[in-house]
Amino acid sequence: MATGPRKQFSRRAWLAAASGTAASGLVMTRFDAVKATVQEVPAQSVDPTRVPGRFVSEVGRRAPGEQPRRLVRTLALSSSSRTPLQDLQGTITPSDLHFERHHAGVPDIVAEEHELLVHGMVERPMVFRMADLRRYPQASRICFIECSGNGGGAYNRNRMPTAISPQQLDGLLSTSEWTGVMLSTILREVGVRPGANWILAEGRDAAVMARSVPLDKAMDDSMLAYGQNGEAIRPEQGYPVRLLLPGWEGNAQVKWLRRIEVSDRPTMTRDETSRYTDPLKDGTARQFSFVMDAKSIITFPSYPYVLPDRGWWEIEGLAWTGRGRITRVEVSTDGGRSWADAVLQPPILSKSTVRFRHLWNWDGRETVILSRATDETGYVQPTVQQLWDARGEGTSYHHNHQRAWKIASDGNVTFGLGDLL
Amino acid sequence: MNRPVAGMLAAVLAACTPEAPATPGASDATGPDGEAVAALPTGAPEQFGFGTHASEDRIALWDIDVKPDGEGLPPGSGSVEEGRRVYQLSCMQCHGPTGTEGPNDRLVAAGEWEQWPQGRAFGAFWPYATTFFDYTRRAMPQLTPGTMSNDDVYAVVAYVLHLNGLLAPDAVLDAESLAAIEMPARDRFVPDDRAGGPEIR
Repeated sequence: MATGPRKQFSRRAWLAAASGTAASGLVMTRFDAVKATVQEVPAQSVDPTRVPGRFVSEVGRRAPGEQPRRLVRTLALSSSSRTPLQDLQGTITPSDLHFERHHAGVPDIVAEEHELLVHGMVERPMVFRMADLRRYPQASRICFIECSGNGGGAYNRNRMPTAISPQQLDGLLSTSEWTGVMLSTILREVGVRPGANWILAEGRDAAVMARSVPLDKAMDDSMLAYGQNGEAIRPEQGYPVRLLLPGWEGNAQVKWLRRIEVSDRPTMTRDETSRYTDPLKDGTARQFSFVMDAKSIITFPSYPYVLPDRGWWEIEGLAWTGRGRITRVEVSTDGGRSWADAVLQPPILSKSTVRFRHLWNWDGRETVILSRATDETGYVQPTVQQLWDARGEGTSYHHNHQRAWKIASDGNVTFGLGDLL
Repeated sequence: MNRPVAGMLAAVLAACTPEAPATPGASDATGPDGEAVAALPTGAPEQFGFGTHASEDRIALWDIDVKPDGEGLPPGSGSVEEGRRVYQLSCMQCHGPTGTEGPNDRLVAAGEWEQWPQGRAFGAFWPYATTFFDYTRRAMPQLTPGTMSNDDVYAVVAYVLHLNGLLAPDAVLDAESLAAIEMPARDRFVPDDRAGGPEIR
C-alpha cells in the first residue's frame, strides 16, 4: 500500500500505462483517465479488514476522495454556480450540487410562516400555507432544469474557449426528482375565470422575481414543488416552494414562490423583456421563448481530462430536450464526417436528461469528437453555424448547438469545433 | 386598453391564447413513464377546502405588479429634478454618475442595441416605462429593496428616462403620464415563433 498522498491515477490506468490497454482489450472509462488539473487524494493508510469501521451517523458524508464542487461565478447577489457535469454519474444531480442562479441572493424563509397568495381572475382568491399545500394530492416527476443562458460561452465566433469544462460551459443544468402539488389542482381549487390566459408567478426573494407564464402550461404539467430528491427542496432551489415548468427555461420557474396572479395578459416583467429575450438578426428580440430545444454534450472525454493511452474508451454524455423524449443521440469521432448511434441508458424520461454511451477505439491520432441529439418531435440538435444562420451571431440565450472536443495526440482534451467553425 | 400596449399585446395574445382553460379531469396521476400529469384521482372533491380566503386588504399587501398599460401604478408623482437627488442617494453607487459607468447594469444606452451590454441598457432594450417602474419598485435599490416611496420611484424613473433623452428636464411623472411614454424598443419584442418539429429557428 502507498504510504503518502498520490495523484489521481486509478489502478487500471496504471496497468494501462504499464502494459498497453489496447493489447489487453480492456475498455477504459473516465475513471481510467487523469485530469489536467490533478487533485491530491488521501492514500489508503490502513487495511479496512483489520480495523473496525466507523459508527453509524445521523447524516452521511461523501468519501474524502470524492469531493465534487459547484463552480461559483462571483460572490455577488446576482450570480450563479454550476453543476460539475463531468464528475457525475447517471442523471440525478445531488441536491447540494444543483446549479444556482439567484437575482438577489438566497432568502432565509421559515416554511411554517410562508404563505402563497393566489388571486386575480379567480372565483375564490386564497392564501395557502405550506401545511395546506402538502395536504393536496401529491405528484412526483424527474425532469431537468436548465438556465436559458447556459452554453453562451461557446457562441461567439471570436471568443471560442478551449480550456473549458462541461461544468464551466453547460453547468447551469441539473436534474432532480421533484415532488409537490400540480398547479392545475390549486387553480381548480380557486376557480379560474373565463378569459384568463396567463399567470404571474412571483418570488419572495429580495428581487421579488416575477415571470408571466401562459395558463395552458400552468394547467398542463406545471407543479408547485416542495420536494427535491426525497427531501424538502433546498433553499438554493426555492425553499419552501417553487414553480416547476418541465422543459422550460429555468428563469420562469420562480423560486420561493409567494404569489400567483391569474390574468388575461402577460405582465411584461423585466426578466421577460429586457432580460431572457433572444435578439435576432432581423432586429427583433424573441420573447417568451420558454421551451428548451434538444441538446447534448459529451462529458467524457472532455476538458480537463487527459487520455493516458490509445485503445478502447467509453465516451459518455448527457442529452435532453424540453419538447419531450430524446429518441436518438449520435456520436462522431472523426470531426462530424461520420456518425454512429450512441446507446441511450435507461431511464429515458420525458423532459429529463438521458445518459448516452459510445465505445470508441482511439488510434492515438488527433481528432474531434462530438454528439448530436434528436428528440421525439424530429428536431436534431443544430450546428453552431445553423444557429448563427437562424438567429444571428449576436443572440443571447438558448445556445443548444453541438459541442465538440478536440483530442490531441498526447491525450489532452480541449473544447473546440476545429474545422467545423 | 391603453395605446402603449395595443400592438405588442395583440401579437402576444394571438400567439399564446389557449382554448378555454382546461378543467383537469379524473384520470391516472402519472403518464407512461411515471411523469406527473395534470390530473386528480377519481372522486376528488370539487374543492378540497384547504387554505383560507384572501381578503382585498390581504391581496393589496402583495399585489405590487404594474401591467404595461399602467394598471397597478400607485398614486403619487415625481419630477426629474427630484429624481436626480434620489438617483445620487440610492442608485449612483451601482449604476455610475451618468447611468453608464456601472459596476452594475447600464441604464443609458449607447451603440447598437444588439451589443451586450451597452445596447441592452434600459433606454434601448426595455419596451414599457411602466414596467421599469415595476422593476425599480420591487427590486431596487439592490441592498435595500422596497424602501423607496412611490413618489421617489416616480422621480427616479423620470430621471433615468431623462438621462436617456426620453423626458424633458422639467417633466413630472405620475400614473397617467408614465403610461403614455413610448419606449424606443417597444416594437422590438416579438412572441416566440418557434413552431416545434424539425425546423431550426
